[in-house]
Amino acid sequence: MYKILEKEVFSPIIKLMVVEAPKVAKSCQAGQFVILRIHEEGERIPLTIADFDRKKGTITIVFQEVGKTTEQLGAMEAGDYIKDFVGPLGLPSHIENFGTVLVVGGGVGIAPVHPIARELKNAGNHVIGVIGSRTKDLMFWEDKMREACSELHVTTDDGSYVRKGFVTDVMKEIIEDTGKDNINLVLAIGPQPMMRACCNLTKEYGLKTIVSLNALMVDGTGMCGCCRVSVGGVTKFVCVDGPEFDGHEVDWLELARRGAYFREEEQRARERAKEEHSCQCECGGGK
Amino acid sequence: MNDGPKPRPDNAPKTQPQSKIVPQKNPMPAQDPVVRSKNFNEVALGYSPETAIAEAKRCLQCKKEPCRQGCPVEVDIPAFLKLASQGDFAGAIAKIKEKNALPAVCGRVCPQETQCEKYCTLGKKHEPVGIGRVERFCADWELATGVKIPEVAPPTGFKVAVVGSGPAGLTCAADLAKLGHKVTVFEALHVPGGVLMYGIPEFRLPKAVVQAEVENLKKLGVDIEVNSVVGKFTTVDQLMEEEGYDAVFIGTGAGLPYFMNIPGENLCGVYSANEFLTRTNLMKAYQFPDWDTPIKIGRKVAVLGGGNVAMDAARTALRLGAEESWIVYRRSEKELPARHEEVEHAHEEGVKFAFLTSPTKIFGDDNGVVTAMECLKYELGDPDASGRRSPVPIPGSEYVMEVDTVVVAIGQGPNPLVPRTTKGLEVSKKGNIVANLETGATSKTGVYAGGDVVTGAATVILAMGAGKVGARSIHDYLSKK
Ligand SMILES: Cc1cc2nc3c(=O)[nH]c(=O)nc-3n(C[C@H](O)[C@H](O)[C@H](O)COP(=O)(O)OP(=O)(O)OC[C@H]3O[C@@H](n4cnc5c(N)ncnc54)[C@H](O)[C@@H]3O)c2cc1C
Ligand SMILES: Cc1cc2nc3c(=O)[nH]c(=O)nc-3n(C[C@H](O)[C@H](O)[C@H](O)COP(=O)(O)OP(=O)(O)OC[C@H]3O[C@@H](n4cnc5c(N)ncnc54)[C@H](O)[C@@H]3O)c2cc1C
Ligand code: SF4
Ligand code: SF4
Ligand code: FES
Repeated sequence: MYKILEKEVFSPIIKLMVVEAPKVAKSCQAGQFVILRIHEEGERIPLTIADFDRKKGTITIVFQEVGKTTEQLGAMEAGDYIKDFVGPLGLPSHIENFGTVLVVGGGVGIAPVHPIARELKNAGNHVIGVIGSRTKDLMFWEDKMREACSELHVTTDDGSYVRKGFVTDVMKEIIEDTGKDNINLVLAIGPQPMMRACCNLTKEYGLKTIVSLNALMVDGTGMCGCCRVSVGGVTKFVCVDGPEFDGHEVDWLELARRGAYFREEEQRARERAKEEHSCQCECGGGK
Repeated sequence: MNDGPKPRPDNAPKTQPQSKIVPQKNPMPAQDPVVRSKNFNEVALGYSPETAIAEAKRCLQCKKEPCRQGCPVEVDIPAFLKLASQGDFAGAIAKIKEKNALPAVCGRVCPQETQCEKYCTLGKKHEPVGIGRVERFCADWELATGVKIPEVAPPTGFKVAVVGSGPAGLTCAADLAKLGHKVTVFEALHVPGGVLMYGIPEFRLPKAVVQAEVENLKKLGVDIEVNSVVGKFTTVDQLMEEEGYDAVFIGTGAGLPYFMNIPGENLCGVYSANEFLTRTNLMKAYQFPDWDTPIKIGRKVAVLGGGNVAMDAARTALRLGAEESWIVYRRSEKELPARHEEVEHAHEEGVKFAFLTSPTKIFGDDNGVVTAMECLKYELGDPDASGRRSPVPIPGSEYVMEVDTVVVAIGQGPNPLVPRTTKGLEVSKKGNIVANLETGATSKTGVYAGGDVVTGAATVILAMGAGKVGARSIHDYLSKK
């Protein structure tokens, strides 16, 4: 059992939790993820390590409520326990001094981008950060990102905060201003359509772009093949070969289709959980 | 007790009055095929005490004990059968457990026809003694009436890490614990048991039985740390250099699924057998939405492959609601690598077979969901190195088979995680850890390995045998330290 030590509510659907998991904290690195299961009947879901504290033995996760498990997790409080919590999984981000790196976080993707930006800056890179969200209420960690990056640009889709525009609009301006030859690497993490749009843009400039893929997963150790994705025409397992890949090589259509395969079932599970929740027995809505 | 007077001379059948011999095994009561193909309850229901005694009485108590050479963990078969035949089930299970830490599992899933029962004297002219069935009965009897914990030697002060909690790791851990060593088992998944939990279906091996046996191991003082992927949160080297483990046993199995590498294999609705079975068994998708993990199954399912894993997947597909479940296999029925009993059960339940057939391409619809496979027909050519006649494609024989779900069950390799992160550990070309089969010793001092990770996908009992060998060698190694 893994204790939730802290909970922070960024918005009604985006939440942060600090979880006691000393084994994971001891060895994890930026770019890796955990798989958790909140109760005995629960699904195993992957979440990126958004931060960690080796001394305290804690892992920070930031998640968006999109379905049954994330909603039930969101309803849990500090002091509650998560049944299973395994990690660190996946390969760490490749960190070296590339020169100038454009680091982009969209939506809940701001969280996983943060430790990578920090490491890149520590390695001597000039880190240009771009973070964007749909609207002001969904924005978080602007302060932490400002610290982790050399410079930070903020945008909202609807213009409710700082400026109006997608992250790709801001990226385009930066690439034009800085000159594509002065940018050595792009890293983009966020919802699939956003990462795909970023890759379409950077392809025009011939800028290598790393993305972090959120394929469906079961075990997360390379045992089931559920997370497979075509990268450069070769099948890769996101959980052990990734999660980071060269975005220009990824078969995005395949990834999106595989991700949608269980949509009906996910919907069913979610509706059922809501029904159970409405019993008002103070069971907390989750089993 | 093995030293009492033996009632019969060696090779008993020849010297014994024929009337005493019961030629046939007592049949195993089973669920009706039509009913069971729709549920996940255990197929084979187990003997009653009377039947168990009757079956045990069939044993001739041969002096040379030929059956024992067929058991990789060296169970004293005649002795336990004798006790069982006298109705002393407590004595019988104690005898079995001197050698076998997981009798309820072995009694169910050992391929006895190629192991112990293959060498049974009775089997030469008649049906062999149902050794596995009696073993299962004794184990179930003990699980139902309360388990006696075997004696554990006083602590030696040595610490041993076991990586992987499949049958190899669990057996090794149990034997080392009995010898007084402090054993910690690290398991990647959230429950111990390996393939016993995620692969072999509930209807052949109830998960409650596996967990009951695991609980018994814990009572020997074995610590099992689940959610612990070695090679990730720590490495074998760190376990030995930083965490103070004196020796390590690696039993990480063969969990890496192979695919066919044909176009369309990443379409939705194409599962590896591992994913298909893990969702169903480990994550209990057959109880969705009571359990959260879903599985989607089409009207018509094709399982590629012909081994036990393929049979399990095809039978699972029926239970999940498929109208048709097909085994698609490159060779003919005769070459099926699966156990006869499993093939028979599959037939009875209505699994269909397309022999001498292999897919070349998988087609999908606009949403990327499987709709059909292009298959090629084969004929049998000359025998290959393994002695099996190798399949040769018939040119121009392509045809289209409509399917909604495809399960790829063509084999598994070893997961590279541990080999890749362990300094100086020799692996074969296929990625298996190189270990001496007689000792389990690897190229690295203090590190032993056994089970599927060394041999490639094999059997529960062979993995357990390797776990035993590993434990013995580790004990010797520690004793000299
Ligand atoms: C390596 C990795 C890192 C991730 N990191 C984060 C993170 O830091 N924060 C965050 O909010 N989300 C992250 N995700 C996505 C997160 O795992 C899913 O949102 C979560 O599994 C949804 O579960 P659910 O039961 O709430 O929703 P469901 O009802 O199961 O699904 C809702 C949506 O989530 C997607 N989804 C469902 N199951 C999975 C799964 N096992 N893996 C990936 N996507 C899934 C589905 O495509 C669907 O669109 C990550 C995914 C991966 C693979
Ligand atoms: C569907 C199916 C049906 C089968 N049916 C039969 C049958 O009827 N009879 C029979 O005798 N055999 C059968 N087998 C074969 C048998 O199950 C295996 O040969 C046996 O389980 C191998 O045991 P093992 O201990 O070597 O490995 P496994 O059982 O594979 O266990 C390995 C364990 O190690 C864990 N692990 C892997 N990597 C790590 C890591 N880095 N850190 C920590 N833990 C790790 C895994 O999660 C797993 O729990 C079947 C196999 C399958 C897949
Ligand atoms: S453990 Fe398996 S091989 Fe050994 S006696 Fe029992 S059933 Fe036979
Ligand atoms: S089980 Fe078979 S081989 Fe073994 S002692 Fe009995 S009759 Fe003889
Ligand atoms: S999640 Fe099972 S192999 Fe990647």
